[in-house]
Amino acid sequence: MPSLGPDMEAGTLVQWRIKPGDAVKRGDIVALVETDKGIIDVEIFSDGVVDRLLVPEGTHVAVGTVLAQLNGGTAVAGEAAESTPPGAPQPAPAMKPAPTIGVAPAAESHRRKVSPAARARARELGVDLDQLTGTGMGQAITIDDVLRAAQTPKPVATEPARDMRQVIARAMSRSKREIPHYYLSVTCSFAKARAFLDRYNEAAPIESRLLPAAVLLKAVAQAAKALPEFNGFYKGDAFEPANDVHLGVAIAMRGGRLVAPAILNADQKALPVLMTELRDLALRVRAGHMKSSELSMPTITVTSFAEEEVDSVIPVIYPPQVAIVGIGSVRERPAAADGQVRAELTVPISLAADHRVTDGRAGTRFLSAINKALQNPEQL
Amino acid sequence: MSASTIEEQVLAAFLQVAPDVDVARLKRDVPFRDQFDFDSMDTLNFAIGLNKQFGIEVPETQYRELASLAKATAFVTAALNQ
Repeated sequence: MPSLGPDMEAGTLVQWRIKPGDAVKRGDIVALVETDKGIIDVEIFSDGVVDRLLVPEGTHVAVGTVLAQLNGGTAVAGEAAESTPPGAPQPAPAMKPAPTIGVAPAAESHRRKVSPAARARARELGVDLDQLTGTGMGQAITIDDVLRAAQTPKPVATEPARDMRQVIARAMSRSKREIPHYYLSVTCSFAKARAFLDRYNEAAPIESRLLPAAVLLKAVAQAAKALPEFNGFYKGDAFEPANDVHLGVAIAMRGGRLVAPAILNADQKALPVLMTELRDLALRVRAGHMKSSELSMPTITVTSFAEEEVDSVIPVIYPPQVAIVGIGSVRERPAAADGQVRAELTVPISLAADHRVTDGRAGTRFLSAINKALQNPEQL
Repeated sequence: MSASTIEEQVLAAFLQVAPDVDVARLKRDVPFRDQFDFDSMDTLNFAIGLNKQFGIEVPETQYRELASLAKATAFVTAALNQ
């Protein structure tokens, strides 16, 4: 069961999309999992042939539970960013050491190694041996493993909205506790971007129209590519820059839930492609149907208040990311130039960044890069 | 096409964009954004849906005509009658 967010603890396997004997390759959707964010398509990150499915449909299991075994690799269905280089799904090489998510190599016999005493205890306590990872020699299941499993409360289904609020609460608390944030902001002129959008949309068919969001997100993605110390993860005691820019976009679901799924490789996508993906993402978020890669992979996040009443936002970093960009409201504001004040379309853009990784000088360069991109929208 | 069929189709297009809205509580005369979150992304998706459903054009300058179910239905009806 992959971890699809910093504080996800469990999920329900709703439907298998594979069966034993199927050949799978990286990117294939192998299962549907239900979490508090809705139904997620779980993608597999390696190639192989399905050996056996370990978790029946409808089961609610903890993150880390082995879901299936493959031949031809040590990977498990739903292996997420934990055990691959951050931000880049890569096929698991055949002899990789077992990732942090529990893996049983397919070469082992299907019969779990369990002592008779442990087996008897499991029967007494109603513990399902197939759900356990043994800690004895050769991954044998010991009596302690059984006792521990018997004591672990099975996750109980609760209201999705409350679950998600708790998840957000934990992530935000952790962020404020662990990440020394610093904040910078700049108010950018949006006049050129608006003119560019109007010209573009006049000539475009309706399904190709661009919103300001496309321009803003692309500008941020390009800045993140150019300044990699804002794009990656802080894990353990070190910063790991990501190879790609997977831009998390904070999207509010009705009912008070908030998700920030990623647009993968956002810096490389043309504006119309970015726009189509953003529209599609918004529709799927509303319908509660996202992909595991979108949820587990953002390397930096943007939260937009472009249409809200507030001027600007001072955002909170989503751990383990190291930066978040806040887009304020796009509106006319007084702007001074050459001793004159006039009304101009502007947007305040703010940066919150991890002070263990960068400082204000770097942050200034980052915001300047975004501003420059917005003043040259046809180059986006 | 009868008027109620148009409104039903407009509502269907709307629900594609906002499947999580409680239809029973949707007020046809009140702007969407006064009833729940409904931003420019939703409006654009709604306009695209109406374009697909009815083959009508919705210029950007006319987005405000899609502000509520009643207004959107009137807009579509007028566009179809041209």
